[in-house]
Amino acid sequence: MQEYLDIVREYDVLGAFWVNIQLAFWAALLALALGSVLALFRISPIGSLQWAGTTYVTVFRNMPLTIIMVFMVLGAWGQLDLSLSTDFNTNFFWLAVIGLSVYHAAFVCEAIRSGVNTVPVGQAEAARSIGLSFLPAAWLVILPQAFRGAIAPLGNVLIALIKNTTVAAAASVATETSSVMKTMIEFRSDYIYAIFFTFAIGYVILVTPVGLLTTSLSRSLAVSR
Amino acid sequence: MDSSGSARAAGEHLGAPLVELERVNKHFGDLHVLQDINLTVRKGEVLVVIGPSGSGKSTLCRAINRLETIDDGDIRIDGEPLPAEGRDLARLRADVGMVFQAFNLFAHKSVLENVTLGPRKVRRVPKAKADEEGLALLDRVGVKNQADKLPAQLSGGQQQRVAIARSLAMHPKVMLFDEPTSALDPEMINEVLDAMVQLAHEGMTMIVVTHEMGFARKAADRVVFMADGQIVEEATPEEFFTNPRSDRAKDFLSKILTH
Repeated sequence: MQEYLDIVREYDVLGAFWVNIQLAFWAALLALALGSVLALFRISPIGSLQWAGTTYVTVFRNMPLTIIMVFMVLGAWGQLDLSLSTDFNTNFFWLAVIGLSVYHAAFVCEAIRSGVNTVPVGQAEAARSIGLSFLPAAWLVILPQAFRGAIAPLGNVLIALIKNTTVAAAASVATETSSVMKTMIEFRSDYIYAIFFTFAIGYVILVTPVGLLTTSLSRSLAVSR
Repeated sequence: MDSSGSARAAGEHLGAPLVELERVNKHFGDLHVLQDINLTVRKGEVLVVIGPSGSGKSTLCRAINRLETIDDGDIRIDGEPLPAEGRDLARLRADVGMVFQAFNLFAHKSVLENVTLGPRKVRRVPKAKADEEGLALLDRVGVKNQADKLPAQLSGGQQQRVAIARSLAMHPKVMLFDEPTSALDPEMINEVLDAMVQLAHEGMTMIVVTHEMGFARKAADRVVFMADGQIVEEATPEEFFTNPRSDRAKDFLSKILTH
């Protein structure tokens, strides 16, 4: 047991989880912002914006995350010289954040759109009838209600995002959990099951509160009609 | 409440044309819901639109602030043609109040916020002034004590009176009522009608789609009877209800009157 704890400390398992939490935090923020804009595009009265939103969602929702992450490193950084930091590791971290955001924004967009569908059309008509144009009507009347109707599906996206941060390994983020786990197994194969369980249970502990929280929030914030 | 119907019917209190519809047509697929509609509503006039369901009366009401687009014809408000989608349309809608059958109060905002949202965000009225005016309006329709509640906590009649206050807060030139009492329990209909009668007597220009004869007799200058997308008959309320000319109107009135 003592030896196992030493291994956990030696390979800084907690630090690895912290990297994934940070990846998830920043990617969730960016994906929420980008996904909201995409949802606005899709519900806007302007045909070209609708098309742009729909195309984005179709492309990125149906593309494997691993491919996006590999592209961020080999394509965006390797070929197009997109550099987000002079520090090697920080650069890969932010490339991974962008890859995660771009991918999950498509799912955020669809979650918000499902929330928009919970808002009766009369709300939009009332907003327009007092003279609000599309953006203020969306911002002040439709989206606040749509977000509250979208908390449960948004929670599902967040859960998927947290677990998908392990794909950052494909974007050369060497300090995150799945990379660390691989290294540990390579060097301490005598503890292979313990190592597996450590990470598996670690994620269950990390993600469970998110599900509980979003379920209770979606109840307490539900718009009563 | 007085019954000044006959005095109003004389029409001398009416001003210049405010809402004008000229040869307005609209189709829903194969259905010709508005057929060559010509209609002029003058400033200060209270017009009641009546007719069987599917006659196009709600569509007519919604077309006036372009919640429904029309296929051809002209709609002018205060002399200006209805603009296409965009900033100009939003500005026009701010001047045209609308009260819906289903109230459509903003479900996530308090009663007072419902009333002040338009003034603050469209008219740029400072919050303190908007709140003060909003409370005065809520007082006028008798729901000031509900100002901090959410719409869902109010009865239907209270919600509809808040909706009237929300429209009034924009100081509209004309107000449209799309079957404002049809979704209400019977005991709540009068509180809403009373607010509307009061409004009519204060000189508001109103276009009201309703079956409430009592309201029409008390407050309307003119009744328009629609059937199958056409205006079949126009008359003063007294004339229309006691002596309808067309067979369609006679048939319709016999159905809503004989209980």
